[in-house]
Amino acid sequence: ALNVAIKDSPYSTKDPANPFEDITTYNNFYEFGTGKGDPAANAGALTTEPWSIKVGGLVNNPSTIDINDILNSPELEERIYRLRCVEAWSMVIPWVGIPLANVLKKYDYQGDAKYVSFETLVRPEEMIGQRSAFGLDWPYVEGLRLDEAMHPLTILAVGVYGKQMPNQNGAPIRLVVPWKYGFKSIKSIVGINFVAQQPPTTWNLQAPSEYGFYSNVNPGVDHPRWSQKSEKIIGSGIFGSRRQTEQFNGYKEEVASLYEGMDLVKNY
Amino acid sequence: MAQSKLWTKAPTWVVYSLGFLPAAYLVYGVVTNSLGPDPIAVLENNLGEHALQFLLLGLAITPLMRFAKINLVKYRRAIGLIAFFYVVLHLLVYTLLDRQLDLNAIIGDIWKRPYITIGMSAFLLLVPLAITSNNFSIRKLGAATWNKLHKIVYAAVILGALHYMLLTKTWQLEPIIYFTLAVLLVASRKFYPKRKKQTRQNPQTSKTQTA
Repeated sequence: ALNVAIKDSPYSTKDPANPFEDITTYNNFYEFGTGKGDPAANAGALTTEPWSIKVGGLVNNPSTIDINDILNSPELEERIYRLRCVEAWSMVIPWVGIPLANVLKKYDYQGDAKYVSFETLVRPEEMIGQRSAFGLDWPYVEGLRLDEAMHPLTILAVGVYGKQMPNQNGAPIRLVVPWKYGFKSIKSIVGINFVAQQPPTTWNLQAPSEYGFYSNVNPGVDHPRWSQKSEKIIGSGIFGSRRQTEQFNGYKEEVASLYEGMDLVKNY
Repeated sequence: MAQSKLWTKAPTWVVYSLGFLPAAYLVYGVVTNSLGPDPIAVLENNLGEHALQFLLLGLAITPLMRFAKINLVKYRRAIGLIAFFYVVLHLLVYTLLDRQLDLNAIIGDIWKRPYITIGMSAFLLLVPLAITSNNFSIRKLGAATWNKLHKIVYAAVILGALHYMLLTKTWQLEPIIYFTLAVLLVASRKFYPKRKKQTRQNPQTSKTQTA
């Protein structure tokens, strides 16, 4: 278990959280297979100890973060967030993490750093999905605008339900950006870079017309495969309910100002 | 050359019973709440996959007879109707459980999402085939017309497999296998070994020889 004083965060939702079982058996983590149950079945092979993250790019003091520094951080807190997948389903997950801003602000990044890019581990001998001839290119890469990365809702998560992050959920450390579709929240991070240009992102490379760089939850912009107007609530059973999807996944009040004056249909 | 009779001994109801087993297994999963966090998707995906499996099986019967001399023609109607049963259940789960009968959403899906447009077309193509899968219809339509009509199944299977291939977010092995099998089975009809002109038979057998 993580050494976390469970305090109520003003950023936590009051919505009831999904049970641990749902959260750890229903995953999209293509490094371990494309089925929802594949990560739970295959991610046990991943070694997460030792683990470090290289931080570099346009920064005057690049360094390597040891995962233990974060696992033992007094800044860890519980954040109960809604998760909205681009596939039009949702869950509520009690993450344990640290604001990404707390980590990034230790770096003396240069004036032309406008974005932050992230990279997942490539280790095909332990990540069976990376051995497949089909599908995505590795490493999985993601990115945020610097102000999105610095937003207090954006966290680096190292646990779920007070326990260390299960492998299938992106152990040992992953991003969580609750107002964006789930695939933005990159898992098993080994690299973070400050960059000047909008960085390439994995799903955007795979299908540019389907997945944009921003990928903010937006019921007004349909995905070619799924209407985004409503979402299936995972864990609500066979006659379970759907509900209307909210702009920015319900975090509009907190994040709308980041996108003032932007055309969110064009910048999907 | 005489065709093996070994395969044709079981009564048709055995095939129907075997065909409904996967559905019974899913019902059991629902009742015992053991289909995981997203039971609707499990039902939808499994029913769709079973539909494709039975369609492919039905399509394999003529090539099996022509190339391997294994005659399962007696079971083809059962296999086709079982396939249609799974197609209908698949569609019911999508409309009732997944979409909760939200007609705007369903129409939007059919209109805007190619994989759903294609899946729905495949279903519509199968409806007349299911309705005419009985001896009365063969007599009423005449064997030749009936045969022609039932060639629609070629298009339906290919569309069904395409529906599966288009719905995954990346290229995945399973849908590619189904699609390849569908194309091969349909294409195999162009390459049957030559056979002697046969004497006129009753419509039931005649249809089974040429479809």
